[in-house]
Amino acid sequence: MSGASITAEPPVRGAPPASAGGRWRRYAVAAAFLGPAALFLIVWIIYPAIYTFVQSLYRGTGFSEFAGIDNYKTLFTSPNLVQAIKNNAIWVAVVPAAVTALGLIFAVLTERVRWSVAFKTVVFMPMAVSAFAAGVTWRIMYQQDPDQGAINAAIASAKGVFSPEGVLSQAAPSTDALKPTPGGGLDLAKPLSPGGVATLGLTRVPSAEVPPTAKQAVLPEPLQGGIDGVVWRDFKPGGGTPGKVEEGELGIPGVTVELRDAGGKTLSSTKTADDGTFKFPGLSQGQYQVDIGASTFAKPFGGVSWLSAQLITPSIIIAYIWIWAGFAMVVIAAGLAAIPRDVLEAARTDGATEWQVFRRVTVPLLAPVLSVVFITLLIQVLKVFDIVIAVAPQSVQDDANVIALAMWRTSFGGVSDFGLGSAIAVFLFILVIPVLLLNISRFRREV
Amino acid sequence: MTAAAAEVESRPVAGESVATKILRVLGKAPVHFVLVLVGLLWLVPTLGLFLTSLFSATDVNSLGWWEIFSKPSLATFQNYQEIWHNQSIRSAFWTTVWISLGGTFLPIIIAALAGYAFAWLEFPGRDWLFVLVIALLVVPLQMALIPMFRLYSDLGIFDTVLSLVLFHTAFGLPFAIFLLRNFFIGIPKELLEAARIDGASEIRIFLRLILPLGLPAIASLAIFQFLWTWNDLLVALSLARDTQPLTVAIFSQLRQFGNNLELIAPASFVSLIVPLAVFFAFQRYFVQGLLAGSVK
Repeated sequence: MSGASITAEPPVRGAPPASAGGRWRRYAVAAAFLGPAALFLIVWIIYPAIYTFVQSLYRGTGFSEFAGIDNYKTLFTSPNLVQAIKNNAIWVAVVPAAVTALGLIFAVLTERVRWSVAFKTVVFMPMAVSAFAAGVTWRIMYQQDPDQGAINAAIASAKGVFSPEGVLSQAAPSTDALKPTPGGGLDLAKPLSPGGVATLGLTRVPSAEVPPTAKQAVLPEPLQGGIDGVVWRDFKPGGGTPGKVEEGELGIPGVTVELRDAGGKTLSSTKTADDGTFKFPGLSQGQYQVDIGASTFAKPFGGVSWLSAQLITPSIIIAYIWIWAGFAMVVIAAGLAAIPRDVLEAARTDGATEWQVFRRVTVPLLAPVLSVVFITLLIQVLKVFDIVIAVAPQSVQDDANVIALAMWRTSFGGVSDFGLGSAIAVFLFILVIPVLLLNISRFRREV
Repeated sequence: MTAAAAEVESRPVAGESVATKILRVLGKAPVHFVLVLVGLLWLVPTLGLFLTSLFSATDVNSLGWWEIFSKPSLATFQNYQEIWHNQSIRSAFWTTVWISLGGTFLPIIIAALAGYAFAWLEFPGRDWLFVLVIALLVVPLQMALIPMFRLYSDLGIFDTVLSLVLFHTAFGLPFAIFLLRNFFIGIPKELLEAARIDGASEIRIFLRLILPLGLPAIASLAIFQFLWTWNDLLVALSLARDTQPLTVAIFSQLRQFGNNLELIAPASFVSLIVPLAVFFAFQRYFVQGLLAGSVK
């Protein structure tokens, strides 16, 4: 294609094409306008690009030791760099598609509400912020301790509804009458009949864990037609006698006690009172088992380790989607607004359902916009750097590694292997070349 | 934005009965619900950062930011006072300001000149040169870090604000030229012809006609450049050591993450609130620029 065919419209000719001198004068003016830009583009982009390419063929720093394609071999064999390439492949596979889909959903939904501008502003906001600061923000969200990390706190409170934390973290039976169960509870070895009293003595209960409402333990009177008993801290200064409720020993409130039939089926469960007593009234004759339920010792939720080697990449990707969804939404919404209403109306009049209109009319008409969003994200994701280095702690940066981060770490982050760093940069450049060609052909079609 | 279109759609139909109106609103309830939920989800992290920054140094590394809702008395601006008196953070703030201002105005001036040449001056190879500029648009700046690191060292300008500004200028140029050229070419031809017939020089046309008319595009470009340079981490991290902008200053604190949130949180919030303020002040230009850059 010739250069002339790129611009459909020839430029304005200022003066008629008069003398040759006048033409040269005009060229000189153009050169003066272009000069500064040319200087910058040549010195800061074109010359360095050539430099980097040549450097990638040499070992270490400088041009003393020719390495051929060794640096590129290292790039595809060093486990660290292969991991970076693999991770980047995950980014490429997940992020552009996810962000485009999310942007499309948001754009379509906001069309239906009046406060769409407020919504768009909120979702778009992260785009203005640096990926680095956004990364720090998410790192605070991702802290593992549910007392500090908001995400784990949310999970913990949701979990608390279904399986609350037990009153005790640990305890041991004070006598052999109680046996540990495989499930983590404590089982009274001897079965009881109605009228029996269960004495469930515990030791090794950390003082701090005895609830503040606890009162002096009381051994209850036998219950007519039922089983009762007490769970208490079978220990007092000086020791006391194991298995006997004594003055100065506290009942343990809030302990789950379960009643099971001879077959082991749980019939009922209750919680102990402040003096440690509990009762199962209204039982028919027979043998019953009493035990302290495992839920008494249920461990508190320790938090998902979002920043661990296994989860780090998904965690960072979530934060990244949070940043870019607004971009996709705004661009797609603009495309949506440009779709002629009458086309949609015509489809509806012809009896198409809303879904059919969306699937068969809206999406195809949006295809160019969707591809712009997708391609923009593709380039961004290939070069992703700031957010990875912000979210991933030093210890998991090998696991979270991506190409741009590997390039920086190899060249500046301690190692200073300029040859290998250059090879990584060239590799990155090669990856975006298809996008470059696409851009140029798009430009040619448009102008 | 589609605000106008959305309003047309949801405006109550004339003569609609109360019952159908209620039905219409109820029918949209799930949409409202989802959008409110998503909106909250998008607000929470930034809000969390801000609230975290309000804890005192003793509380910040042990409490979650939501605790501030139940104990508002824990909130204090003390951390902000501290970082304002922290020499390195304060100088990082001003370094960021200078880098961003330089990195915004320099490329705009240079790109406006070039954009005008590409749009309205005639010279051989113009279109090929413009294609070259578009090609440079996607060159990753990683391609220039190592050579510039060495060149800056050789020239003795390594680790200066100037060297960072120049780097940002160069890598901002392709997009800036692209955007401005496309905007300038839409300026009515008659205006330029009239000026040229009146004998105005090109530089005069540029200053008196193109720049004022191009102001909307220049404004959106200025916002973009400002945000890019303000938000940069990679360039400053690679091409400077002691000339630290905020992002690098915070980065150097990350190693201790968990023990120094009283510093990281407020500093991050400062580094985040400036671009956010710019975004809110010039939202219209920002979105225009975005659409001009990507949707054509």
